Amino acid sequence: MKPVDPRLLRRARAARSFLVASVVIGVASGLLIVVQAVLLAHGIAGVVLHGAGVAGVALGLTGVVATRGLLVWAQEVVAQRAAAAVKSSLRKQVLEHSLKLGPVWLSGERSSALTTLLTKGLDDLDPYFARYLPQLVLAATVPAGVIGWMGTGDLIAAGTVVVTLPLIPIFMALIGWATQAHSRRRQHALAVLAHHFADVVAGLPTLKLFGRAKAQESAVRRVTDKHRVASMGSLRLAFLSSLVLELLASISVALVAVGVGLQLVDGKLGLETALMVLILAPEAYLPLRQVGMQFHASADGVAASEEVFRVLETPLPARGERTDVPDLRVNSLHLYDVTVRYPGRDEPALDGFDLEVRPGEVVALTGPSGAGKSTVLSVLLGFVEPERGVVVAGGSAADEFEPTVWRRQFGWVPQRPGLRMGTVADNVRLGRPEARDEEVLVALATAGAGELALDKPVGEQGQLLSGGQQRRVALARALLTDAPVLLLDEPTAGLDADAEAAVIAGLRGTGRTVLMVAHRPALIAAADRVVTVGARELVNA
Amino acid sequence: MRLVLPEGRVWWRLGLALLAGVAAAGSAVALLATSAWLITTAAAQPPVLTLMVAIVAVRAFGVGRGVFRYVERLVGHDAAYRVLGETRARITGRLEKLAPGGLSSQRKGDLLARLVLDVDAVLDLWLRVVLPVAVAAVTATATIGLLALLLPAAGAAVALAVLVACTVVPLLTAQTAARAERNVSSARGEVAANATETLLTAADVVAFNAVDDVLKSFSASDAKLAAAERRSAWSAGLGNALLVLCVGGASVAGLVLGNTANITGAVFAVLVLTPLALADVLGGVPAAAQLAIRVRASLGRVQELLDSPEPVHEPANALPLPAGRDLKVKHLRVGYGDDDVLDGLSLDMPAGSRVVITGPSGSGKSTLAAVLMRFLEPRAGQVLLDGVDLAQLEGDQVRSVVGLLTQESHVFDTSIRENLLLAKPGVSDLQLWKALYRARLGVFVEKLPDGLNTMVGEHGARLSGGERQRLAFARLLLADRDVLVLDEPTEHLDEETGRALLEDLFAAAGRRTVVLLTHRPELVPAHVPRQLVCLT
Repeated sequence: MKPVDPRLLRRARAARSFLVASVVIGVASGLLIVVQAVLLAHGIAGVVLHGAGVAGVALGLTGVVATRGLLVWAQEVVAQRAAAAVKSSLRKQVLEHSLKLGPVWLSGERSSALTTLLTKGLDDLDPYFARYLPQLVLAATVPAGVIGWMGTGDLIAAGTVVVTLPLIPIFMALIGWATQAHSRRRQHALAVLAHHFADVVAGLPTLKLFGRAKAQESAVRRVTDKHRVASMGSLRLAFLSSLVLELLASISVALVAVGVGLQLVDGKLGLETALMVLILAPEAYLPLRQVGMQFHASADGVAASEEVFRVLETPLPARGERTDVPDLRVNSLHLYDVTVRYPGRDEPALDGFDLEVRPGEVVALTGPSGAGKSTVLSVLLGFVEPERGVVVAGGSAADEFEPTVWRRQFGWVPQRPGLRMGTVADNVRLGRPEARDEEVLVALATAGAGELALDKPVGEQGQLLSGGQQRRVALARALLTDAPVLLLDEPTAGLDADAEAAVIAGLRGTGRTVLMVAHRPALIAAADRVVTVGARELVNA
Repeated sequence: MRLVLPEGRVWWRLGLALLAGVAAAGSAVALLATSAWLITTAAAQPPVLTLMVAIVAVRAFGVGRGVFRYVERLVGHDAAYRVLGETRARITGRLEKLAPGGLSSQRKGDLLARLVLDVDAVLDLWLRVVLPVAVAAVTATATIGLLALLLPAAGAAVALAVLVACTVVPLLTAQTAARAERNVSSARGEVAANATETLLTAADVVAFNAVDDVLKSFSASDAKLAAAERRSAWSAGLGNALLVLCVGGASVAGLVLGNTANITGAVFAVLVLTPLALADVLGGVPAAAQLAIRVRASLGRVQELLDSPEPVHEPANALPLPAGRDLKVKHLRVGYGDDDVLDGLSLDMPAGSRVVITGPSGSGKSTLAAVLMRFLEPRAGQVLLDGVDLAQLEGDQVRSVVGLLTQESHVFDTSIRENLLLAKPGVSDLQLWKALYRARLGVFVEKLPDGLNTMVGEHGARLSGGERQRLAFARLLLADRDVLVLDEPTEHLDEETGRALLEDLFAAAGRRTVVLLTHRPELVPAHVPRQLVCLT
C-alpha cells in the first residue's frame, strides 16, 4: 500500500492545502525539537560543569514547550477541518456517481453497505487525517533536521542514526511482505470466526426449533479455540515487524549513548554536545515508529477510501447525446431481439424478446415470475443495456439519445415504489416540481387516490401510507408527468376489485400509451393486447 | 461487568502481559535515565571500567524494550482472544434461553447484528484500554518513585504531571470528543437518512429525472454536517497539547528544582532527562480513555440485552409427552412489557385440521405462534396438547411436536445439505431429496452444478426469497413435526410466488395440522377447507 493515496489528493482539494499546512507545522515542530534539545543540553552541561544558573534556560524551555503544545493543537484543528471538508466532498461525489451509475448497478451493491460507507466508513478517515498524514509529514521532516543538527556536533552518532534509520522501513517492508500472506490468513480466520458467531446468534431460534440450540455454547467455544490457536501462529510472525522496529530504534539509541559516552571519556567530545546528541537520537526514530502505528490505526479509513474510489472509478456507461427524441405520441416503440443478462447470472433475464407498442395502445405483459417482465420496463427506461438487440423509436436506436431527455417520454410505476420523506404532494411532484396543486389533485383522483390530502406526510419510505396508497401515489406521480408512455409494474396489486376498476378506467381516460406488467385477470382483461414474456421451464419461485 | 471478566486461567496470562508491558515501558525510561547518567559521568573522564555496568545496562535496556514489547503483544492478544471466545460462548448460552421470545419483538435482527459487533469491544477493552493504561500507571509510578529517591520535590513535580496526564488529559479528551459527537450526531443522522433514502429511491429518482433536486437536498444536509464538524475541530487537539505541556513541564521542573536543591553531576542530568521518556509511556492514555467510552457503551448494550428476563420457565418435573395431537387454546392472555397483545383468545385445533388466522400486523399473530412453540409463556389461560398444559412440558418436548416456518426462517451460511441435516442429523441423501421434492425445490437443486453441496450464502443470499422459504419448508418437512405453524410464510414474496408457495405447503402437509397466520388470507388456495379466525 502506498503511503499516501494520490487519488485522495486529486479528488479532494481540501486534502492538498491540508498537506501544505501539515508540512509547515511539521517543519516548525522539527525545529522546536532541536531547540529544546540544545537548551536542555546547555542547561544541564552548565550546571554539571560550571555550576551555572538555569533561569534563562528554564524560561526558554518553557517557551519551547508551550509553542510545541500550541503546534500539536493547531495540527489537530487543521486536520479535523480538512477531514470534514474531504469527507463532505467524497460523500457528494459518491452519491452523485452512484445515481449516475443507475439503479441496476445499485441493486448489485448492497445499499446499506453504501450508506454505511457514506457515513461511518468515511468517518474512519478522521484518524487518517488527524494522525497518520501529519505523522507521515513529521517522519519526512523531523529526522532530517535532527540528524543534520546531530551531525554538527558528532558525526559518528549522526552516522549511526543515518545507517540504522533507513533499515527500519526496509526491514518493515521485508517483514511485511513476508508476513502478508499470514496476516491475510489471520484476518480471514478472524472474519470467519465473527461470521460464524453472527450466523449462530441469528439462527438461534431456528436451532431451537430443531432442538439443536443447547449444543451451540460449546460449539462456539470449540470453533473459537481452534481459530485462536491458528491465528496466534500468524501473530507471532506479524508482530515480528514491530519487534524489529523497536529493537532497531532502541538499540541504536543505546549505541549512540555508549559511543558518545566513550568519546567523552577520551575527551574527544564536550558534554553539551554529547547530551544534545543523546536527547536528539530517540527523536529521530520516534516519528518513524509512530507512523507505522498510526498507519494501522487508520487502516479502516484507508479501506473506506479504497471503497470510495472503487465506486468513483466504476466507469459510467457510454451515453448518447442526441436530444431530438421522437414523440411517442405519434411514433411506435419497438424492441428487437432484446437479450439482457444481469452480472453474475448465467441465464439471461430476458432472451431474444420482441415487442411493438403503438401510440395509444394498452399492452399487458404477462408471464411467470422471473420471466423478465420488469426487465422489459428497465430496458425501456435505460436502466439496463441489452447484451444483444435494440430498442427503436421513430427509426432511431434508443441509446443514441441523451438518457434524461429519453426518459421524459416515460412515466413509471415500479413494483415497489420508492417514496421520499415529505408530503403526498411532494412525492407526486417528483418528476414535475413546478406542477400546480390542481394538477396534483387531478393526478391523484385519476390514480384512485382522491381521498389522500396533499399535505399528508408519507413518512420514512412511505410507511405512513398503506401499500395500496403508496402504489396509487406512485401512479399519480407518473400521471402528473406529461410522458406519453406509462410503464406500470403491477399497478393494481393490493387494491380491491372496485378500486382496481376505477384505476383502470382512469388510465383508459388519459388516452396515453400504457405498457403494464399484469397478473390479475381484471387488469389483463382491460388491455388491448396481451404479450407473454418467455416462460422458463424451471419452477423458480 | 461480569460478562467480560475472564476465567481464572486467563488472569495470569493478562498478568504476564502486564508484566511484560511494564518491563518494556520501564526499559524505555531506564534507557534514557542510564544513558543520561552514563554520559554525564563520562564527562568527568573516569576510568572506563567504572562505566562498564552502565554501558551493559544501556545496551540491555535497548534490547529489552523491543523484546518485552513483543512478549506483551503476543501474550496480550492470546489472552484477549481467549476472553472474546469465552464471552461469545457465554452469550450464546444465555441467548439460547432468551431467543426469540425474550428479545423485544421489534427489530430483532438489528438487535442481534449490533450485539455481534458490540461483543468485539472485548478485544478493545483488554488490548487497547486496560493493558495500556495499567502499563502506563505502573511504569509512571515506578519512575516517580525513582525520581523521588533522588529528589523528593522532583518526584512530586513529576507525580503532578503524571496525575494531570492521567486524569485531566483523558477527561478533557473524552469530554471534547463527547461534545463534538453531540454536536455532529444530529447532522450525521440527517445525512445518513438522506443518503439511505436517496439510494433506496434511486430508481424512482433517476426515472423521473429528479437527480439534481435530490443531490441539492443532500448537499444541504451534508453542508450542515461539515460545518458542525469544523466547529468541533477547535477543541480536538486540546488533550494532546496538554500532554506535551505536562511532559515538558516535568522536565523544566526537574531542571529548576534540581538546581535549587544544589544537585549537580549525573543525578542532575537524570532528574531533567528522565521525565522526557514519559512522553512515550503516557502517550496512549488519552486514546485509551476515548476508546473506553465506546467500549463501555458497547458492552453495556450487550449486558442489557443479556439481562432481559427469560421468557419461559421450564417445569421442574416435566410431564411425559402425550400421544394425541389435538391443540386447544383457552382464554389466552399474553404480551410483552406492559402491553397485552392477546387477551381472552380461545381456539380449537384438532389433529389434522387447517386453521387460518388473520389480522392486521400487530394483532398478535406472531405472538400466538411464539406461544404455540413455547417460546413465550402465557400470562393467563393455557395451551393444551391432548389435554396437557404446555407449561408442564419442556420447550424441546413441545418443539418435537410443533414445527414453525416464519417469514424470516434462518438459512445458515453453509451448504443446502447442512441446512437440511440440521433438522435431522444423519439421514440419507435420499431422504433429503424427498423433502426437497415435496417442498417443490427438488428440480431447482438438481439443476445446480453443486447440487446438495451448493453453498447458500449469508442468510441464504444466493437463493431467491421463494427458494429460501422452500428450503426452510423442506427442512421442516424433514423434521417431521405433527403440527406445522406457518407464520406469514409469504411475507416477502410477490403475490404470485406467495400463492404458489401456499398451494404447495398445504399439499405437502398431508395429515399434519396446519396453523397458518397471515394478513393475506386471499392467497390461500380456494380448495383448502379451513377454519378462519380473525384477530383484531
